[in-house]
This record gives sequence, C-alpha cells and structure tokens, in this order.
Amino acid sequence: MSTQVSEQVLRVALIGNPNTGKSTIFNALCGARQRVGNYPGVTVEKRLGRFSQQGRRVEVIDLPGTYSLSPRSPDEMVAVDVMLARRDDTPAVDAVVCVVDASNLQRNLYLVSQVLELGLPTVVALNMTDVAAARGIDIDGDRLGERIGVRIVPTEASRGRGIDQLKATLVEVAQSHTPATQRANVFPETFRDEVDQLERRFANGTSSSVVPRYLVERLLLDANGYVESTLMAGHGDLRPELTAARGRLAEAGVPVPAVEAVSRYRWVEQVLDGAVTRAEVRQRSLSDRIDRVLTHRVWGTLAFALLMLLIFQAVFSWAGPAMDLIDGALAATSDWLSALLPPGMLQSLVVDGIVAGVGAVIIFLPQIMILFFFIGVLEDCGYMARAAYLMDRLMVRVGLSGRSFIPMLSSFACAIPGIMATRVIDHRNDRLTTIMVAPLMSCSARLPVYTLLIGAFIPARHVLGGVLNVQGLTMAGMYLLGIIVAVVVALVLKRSVFGGVTPPFVMEMPSYKWPSPRTVAFRMLDRGGAFVRRAGTLIVAVTILVWAALYFPHDLTDEGRQLVERREALESTLAETDPAAAEAADLEDQIAELDNRIVGDQQRHSYLGRAGHVVEPLFRPLGWDWRISCAALASFPAREVVVSTLGVIYDVGGEVDDDEQLTRLQTSLKNATWDGSDEPVYGVPVALSIMVFFALCAQCVSTLVVIRRETNGWRWPAFVFGYMTVLAYLGAMVAYQVSRLFV
Amino acid sequence: MTALAMLKVGESGRVVEIAGGDETSVRLLEMGLTPGVVVERVGTAPLGDPLEFQLRGYRLSLRRSEADLVTVEPC
Repeated sequence: MSTQVSEQVLRVALIGNPNTGKSTIFNALCGARQRVGNYPGVTVEKRLGRFSQQGRRVEVIDLPGTYSLSPRSPDEMVAVDVMLARRDDTPAVDAVVCVVDASNLQRNLYLVSQVLELGLPTVVALNMTDVAAARGIDIDGDRLGERIGVRIVPTEASRGRGIDQLKATLVEVAQSHTPATQRANVFPETFRDEVDQLERRFANGTSSSVVPRYLVERLLLDANGYVESTLMAGHGDLRPELTAARGRLAEAGVPVPAVEAVSRYRWVEQVLDGAVTRAEVRQRSLSDRIDRVLTHRVWGTLAFALLMLLIFQAVFSWAGPAMDLIDGALAATSDWLSALLPPGMLQSLVVDGIVAGVGAVIIFLPQIMILFFFIGVLEDCGYMARAAYLMDRLMVRVGLSGRSFIPMLSSFACAIPGIMATRVIDHRNDRLTTIMVAPLMSCSARLPVYTLLIGAFIPARHVLGGVLNVQGLTMAGMYLLGIIVAVVVALVLKRSVFGGVTPPFVMEMPSYKWPSPRTVAFRMLDRGGAFVRRAGTLIVAVTILVWAALYFPHDLTDEGRQLVERREALESTLAETDPAAAEAADLEDQIAELDNRIVGDQQRHSYLGRAGHVVEPLFRPLGWDWRISCAALASFPAREVVVSTLGVIYDVGGEVDDDEQLTRLQTSLKNATWDGSDEPVYGVPVALSIMVFFALCAQCVSTLVVIRRETNGWRWPAFVFGYMTVLAYLGAMVAYQVSRLFV
Repeated sequence: MTALAMLKVGESGRVVEIAGGDETSVRLLEMGLTPGVVVERVGTAPLGDPLEFQLRGYRLSLRRSEADLVTVEPC
C-alpha cells in the first residue's frame, strides 16, 4: 500500500459490545454506502462503509459486536487482527471508534480498556445518552474523557444525534496519528513485569515479525486460548517459560485469568468514580415492569407463544400474496418471452432456464423480508434475549441454546431465512449445529410433494371414531419425522464434530426500548439484498445446468416423431376449421395434449432422463422406477420441482398448479406400471418412500448456497447435502420395505 | 457462603470467587462477576432455568450450572 493512498483515505474500525447501537451508528455514519464480504477462513462477515468529511474520505470497518477482546476462536481473532494490522486482506486502521452504552458504562468500559492497549488513536462514542438520562444517570463526559485519555462524543444514533460531531472528531483524531494518550495501565506491576519478560523473549527469538504487546499479554492470560495455539506454533520452546510465568503469578496472588477482569474492573470503577453519578433511589424502571410480565411464568409464556404464532403465520401465510404476485409476474414474463422468441433452444433456455432460475431466487424474498422485519423489531427492542431466555431449557435438551429457537421455527416456513437468522446465535458451534439441522424442518416447499402423494395414495379414512384422518396423520407424521431426525442429528453433531462441550449461556438482557424503524428497515433490505446478490447468481447457474440436462440432446424417439407428425396434421386441420366451431376447441385440446407428450418424450430421453435409467438399480430398494429416479434427480434445484417434473414425465405437462392438473397427475401416477409389465409402480409403500425421501433430503440448491454464504465455504453445505441424502435414502428404503410388509 | 444459583429472587450476594479456569468462568469474569461485586437475583425463566441477575447496573442471564460456579456471601 502506497503512502499516497493512505493519505487520501482514512480507515477506521468500529467496535463495541452487543446491544450498544453499534450497527445503528455504522448505518448513520455510512448510510447506503456499504458493502459486505467475508474474511477468508472464518464465518465472520466483513462489513465496510464509507463517508466523507471535510473532503477526507473515511472507510469504516464494522467489527463484530463483542464483550471482550480475548479471542477463543479464529472468528473472534478477526477483530484483534484487524486492529493490530495483522490481516493481509485488510489494510491497517488509522483509528478505532469504541461504541459504549451510556446506561451501562461499567461493563462497556471493560472492552474500552482492552482497546486502549492496542495503542491506536481512539474515540469513544457514548451512545444511548437519552436512555442513561431517563434512568437518572448523570455523566460528566469531559471528565470521563480526560480520565480515560480519549475524546468522548455523546450520541443518540437512533435519532441521528451526535453523528456529525462523531465524524468530525474521528477525522481529527485519525489524522493526528496520536494513540490514546495514556495507555490504560490497569495491571499490577508483577503482571506487567512478566509481560515485559515474555515480550523480550519474543523480540530475541528468530521470528522476523514483531509480536504486539497486547498479544503477549493475551498469551499469558488465556490458557489454552486461541492466541496461545497460534503463537506457540512458532515458539514451542517458550512453553515451559509461559507455564512458569503463570505459576509465579498465581503465587504472587495475581492468578490468570482472574487478574484481568479484577484489574480492568478496578480501573473502570476508578475512572467512573465522580465522573458518573446515579440517582440515589433505584426506581423500578418501565423496562423492569415490562420484563416482569414478559418473563412471567404464565403471561410471559403466553405472550411468547402468541408472538411465535404470529411470526410463523406471517412467514408462512403473509408471504403468500407477495409470492403469488411474483409467480404471476414470472408467468407473464415467460408468456411474453415465449411469444417474442421463436420456439426452440433459445426460447427454452430463456424461459425454462433463466427466468425460472431468477424466479427461484426472488420467490424467497417475501419470506426473508418478513422474517427479518420481525427479527429486526425483536432484536432492536430487546425481546430477542428474552425469547432465548424463555426457550433455553427446552433447546438445551437438544444440545443447543435458546437462541436457536427462532431460526428453527422459521425453518418450518423456509430454511433459507431460518439459516440467515442464525446470526443471532453468538456461539459458533451452536450456530453451525443449528444451520446443519435447520433444513430438516419440513418447509413449505415439501407441501406440494406431500399433497400430491397423500391425495393420490393415502386413504381418506377416519380412525379413532372419526377424530383423526389418516391423510392428516401422514402429513403430521412427515413434520414429526423431520423434527425427530433433527434432534438426533443435533445431539450426534454436538457429541462428535463439535466436541461435546455445551457453550456457556452468559447472556446480557438489554433494557427494552422502542425499535428504530430505520434500523429495522435497514436490516430487512440488507438481508434481502445480501441473499439476491450473493446467493442469487449461483442459484440461477444451477437452475440453468439442470435445465440443460433436461433439454439436451433434445432428440425424439420414433414414437416422438410420430407424435410430431400427428401434431402437424392436427395443426393443418385446425387451420381449416372455423375458430368458433366446437371442433376447433377440441382440436386445440388434442394439440396441447400432444405437446405435453412430445415434451415428455424429449425429457425422458434427455441426459437427465437417461441418468434416471442408469441410477434406477440404485433406487430399486426404495421401490422407485426410473421415472421417479429421474424426477428426484431433476429436483436438485428445489424439492417442489419434483411435482412438475413428474407432470412432464407422465405427459400431463409441467404446470401442475391447479386442482384439475393435480387430479390428472394423481390419476397418471395411480395408472403407472413398471416398464414391460402390468404391475403398478405406485402404492402406499412407494408414496411413503418418496415422501420420506423428500422430508429428509437436501434437494434445495438455495439452501445449500445460503449455507455456503453463511459459513463461508463449501465444506458445510457439502456435509449437509451428504448426510441428508444418506438419511433420506435410508429412511425411504426403511419406509418402503417396512410398509410393504403391511400393505 | 453459598452458590449464586441458591439466592432466592430478591436476594443479593457479594461475589467471593469463581470456580474453575475454563471458558465459562472467564466469560463470567468478563461480564463483571468479579470478587466484591454485589449481585441480585431478579428472576427465573418459566421453565425453571436459566436465572436472571442484576449487577453493575445491567441484567445478566445465566444457567443454573453456570451460576453454581460463583460463590457469594450474603449481604
């Protein structure tokens, strides 16, 4: 990086505790001028924004919210590495803004004391001053700033107050290149001496790169921490010294790790003494009274249940009209393009490949936006932590925490917003486990598959005196199957891949406040946009690939050629018939049916159709013939595609979206026989086998792409696809073989 | 001397020490549960766990198993 560029652009890192309004400050600083990326190798999102101040361009890096800079994982190391300029992918920062909650200064200043030790020019944004004032907390900002040795800017980011002042101060401090004047000397002398010694040992070592003092300190403090595992890789010889140093500190009465918290909180108390005064009597605040109700055994549970019902209903049903609208718009676009383009490969590519692919992306937007509207409101008002608090006991049994509840619940509507919502889970292993099992929840895309097969093959019988209906029970059974398998998989994953440790549930319960419409709106647009930009292209690409596999080589069999000839004959008859005559309509119907059969003939002999033949032996134990195998392969982009593929294969046409078409397809399925025999393919066992397969399989490219995006790599989506496909196969086989014994 | 988890709703205790040196105890320390600080138990989740506490002017929720690591003396 040349000096010229660094003189033009000032780089600033934004850090702070969760629930301090850090994101709101970031949005207020940068507005829409932000972009999102990834740091290679970790699952942390890289959020960058820009603003201009007095002609200086400032780039802001929003670091993940954290209570402390003591990294326990590569994800948590990102913030430290960015600020210490140790990442090749991120240029050094000129200053740090630490956002603190003015109503909760004690705990917030803990992080500030760590940031100060990094030796960077620092500004503290004293946010939520209004909340502090309402609680009778009086803060002498100048005095506090003097004691900490940094500039303090009071802000109310939700109302946009103090932002201009923050920008001006930031540019000034960043340009000055003066680190926070007085490095917080919070540790006792014994400890500092040990750090000095270790630091010298690193300086004498053969290693060419300088190890920052802050990391040496962390090395001493965090036994078995992430810093130890990385630094010791090149300095294994220092291990005995490290152990000895920790031993000496314990003997001197300043044992690690406790010495850090004790020393820092002592410093915080000294800094706050006299600079912050609280009203003498602590009145029960409105927030406390609300909390009494919302965490109450009866009222709290009731409120939670109603709220979850509302969210589920919203994602499941309210998205319906918007999705219908999108469907309608797509159909209109397809019709328009079909009329515009001559029939042939290009038309098919554009209509069945590109438009269908784009449709497969935007169709998810209503659900994503609605879910993130609710998540935005719940997080911003402080209820999200209560939801986790209420549900934790239940989720712990599955090896997860209360934070997994809302993502799992949303996955019943659609796994994509559900997986995107796992960002509320602060612990990496919990988050990954939730992502791994979320696609097992029966989402709305499975409904068409269930509806088709249950309607056709499961008897509409009532049992238990007419209370229960076998069809309904089968449907409920599919939902239950997904839940049970998810519980088992989660437990197995927690015990194996994720090391069996239940992460701590040490969670702040923030005070309630009114959600800021700007923050909520921003969140909805941000998540929707991120999905379209970063998942969209891949989803379209896969849809086009599957289209190609179904389209090419586009040959016709002898039978197909006869169909084409008959169609041509009918066309010419139609041309000579009076369009108003009854025969004309009849002829049109016949042509349409022939069209369906011709497309069916082509697809049966497409590469994918042939693949269906090839893999048929593999799916025999599931009771499937090559047609079902082919439809299952073709449904890789999305489960519900299996219905339209079956429609094409059985010559009913691909648009199985009204009752009449559905009945026709169901009839075709009932009449289908194995090639060269009269034996029916379908029956209850095969129907169950297909349903179980689709309940458990990962046939949804959008889900896999979103998992890739959320975990920043192909490893986890590959794992999900692998384990779900194996489970689906085995489950379907068991369903078929067992039910065959009874039917 | 008793465990933090044993405090009844409305009772307060002064932290004496935190057992163990693993991730959980470090998290508790970082969140402000240092020796000498006064903690009030303010509630219980409807299912009986986790518990809710007030300290250093904010609310913190801990599972019973975590609150068991913290020794407090009555105050």
